[in-house]
Amino acid sequence: MLNNEIFINIIRFIVLVLTQVLLLNHIDFLGYINPYIYILFIIVFPFTGNKSLLIFLSFILGLTIDFFLDSGGIHAAACVFIAYIRPQVLKYSFGISYEYNTIKMSNTDFIKQFSYVGSMVLFNHIVLFSLEIFNTNHLLLLLKSTLFSSIFSIIIILSAITIFSKKPR
Amino acid sequence: MQQIIFFLIRNKNFLLFIALFSISIFLTIQTHSYHKNKFVNSSNAITGGIYSIKSSITDYFNLKEENKILINENTRIRKQLESFKSKVVYQNIDTSSILSKYYFVSAKVINNSFSKTKNKLTINKGKRDSIQLDMGVITSKGIVGIIDNLSNKYATIQSILNTNSQINAKLKNAKHFGSLVWNAEDPNVIQLIDIPRLAPVKTGDTIVTGGRSTIFPEGILIGVVIDFELTEDENSQNLNIQLFNDMTNLEHVYIIDNIDTQEIINLEKGLENVE
Repeated sequence: MLNNEIFINIIRFIVLVLTQVLLLNHIDFLGYINPYIYILFIIVFPFTGNKSLLIFLSFILGLTIDFFLDSGGIHAAACVFIAYIRPQVLKYSFGISYEYNTIKMSNTDFIKQFSYVGSMVLFNHIVLFSLEIFNTNHLLLLLKSTLFSSIFSIIIILSAITIFSKKPR
Repeated sequence: MQQIIFFLIRNKNFLLFIALFSISIFLTIQTHSYHKNKFVNSSNAITGGIYSIKSSITDYFNLKEENKILINENTRIRKQLESFKSKVVYQNIDTSSILSKYYFVSAKVINNSFSKTKNKLTINKGKRDSIQLDMGVITSKGIVGIIDNLSNKYATIQSILNTNSQINAKLKNAKHFGSLVWNAEDPNVIQLIDIPRLAPVKTGDTIVTGGRSTIFPEGILIGVVIDFELTEDENSQNLNIQLFNDMTNLEHVYIIDNIDTQEIINLEKGLENVE
């Protein structure tokens, strides 16, 4: 059972990284909008899993993306950040009891899912784009990229969760 | 002592977060200075390998376009050749004896980005093809960037669409120099700044490389002026330039090897030592 979970997470890691760098980074919708869905790994990581492990894995995940995109450490920083704040986000999205109940993402109602995924993506993208642009002259560009990329990412991540979640029963 | 250990255990997540976050920030800041990111870049064997597999598949979609570009270039070069032939008295020159300061190496772009503020490209030539740092990269239509990182088989290029990039350029029909920078807005429009106020600029003027560095030879095409305005202090003008290259669609590029680079660098180093 445990081995199975580790295996699934490894496969998920590889598939998400490859999808991101080979496919989704070349969409360039309207010239500059790309969805970043590899953070799905952090979002669906078991809620009761080890937090330190998640922070470390997020760093590796972000760094892998950075290697492909020649972006230094911006993805690593953004991933580590959302991995660290994930317990808080979970708490206000699903209520304080998320740690003791075995909540399945697909079984909760849409509003809760949306607030969880939405906040995770938004925090990730704010850190990501502020580090990438790193210049107060481009504040408008920062807000624009964050907003549009977030909308794009949230839509794709929510549909991915809906499509790939196991049906109840 | 015990309390310190308890403190560490209680806050281990926070400390881990701070440590990894600082490493990421450090790596990010390193990339802000030119070719300092020795560690994190896509010229290594794994990422380069994956990108070249990808490009070997997606290349087929662009074959028609690429052929057209190559034929256009051939026609243009053939024309130039004929015009040179008619000027030179000795018709049959041994081509191996023609001395050129520059050698060209062809390469294929296996990954291209243009939607970020610090764009990089990855190509499939590296150290073993005698590519070195700081070599210029062009296409048949204009400049692309400068070699930034190297591995044995792959290299990354700092694109001219990078807010860190600064390349010497000038007006084709005047002797006024400026720096080429990018304001991160449009991947086909780039800015030429610090052109003196007196320089006669018109829309439609051609901009070429300045030849003041060892990286690019003089006169490599860049683009045409689409509009210009005086800066606030009225000492210089800033020009918007439409690139000849379509930076969103690059496939074959040439790397310029200046055989005098080493000599010039040594000479400049010598001068600094004397001082």
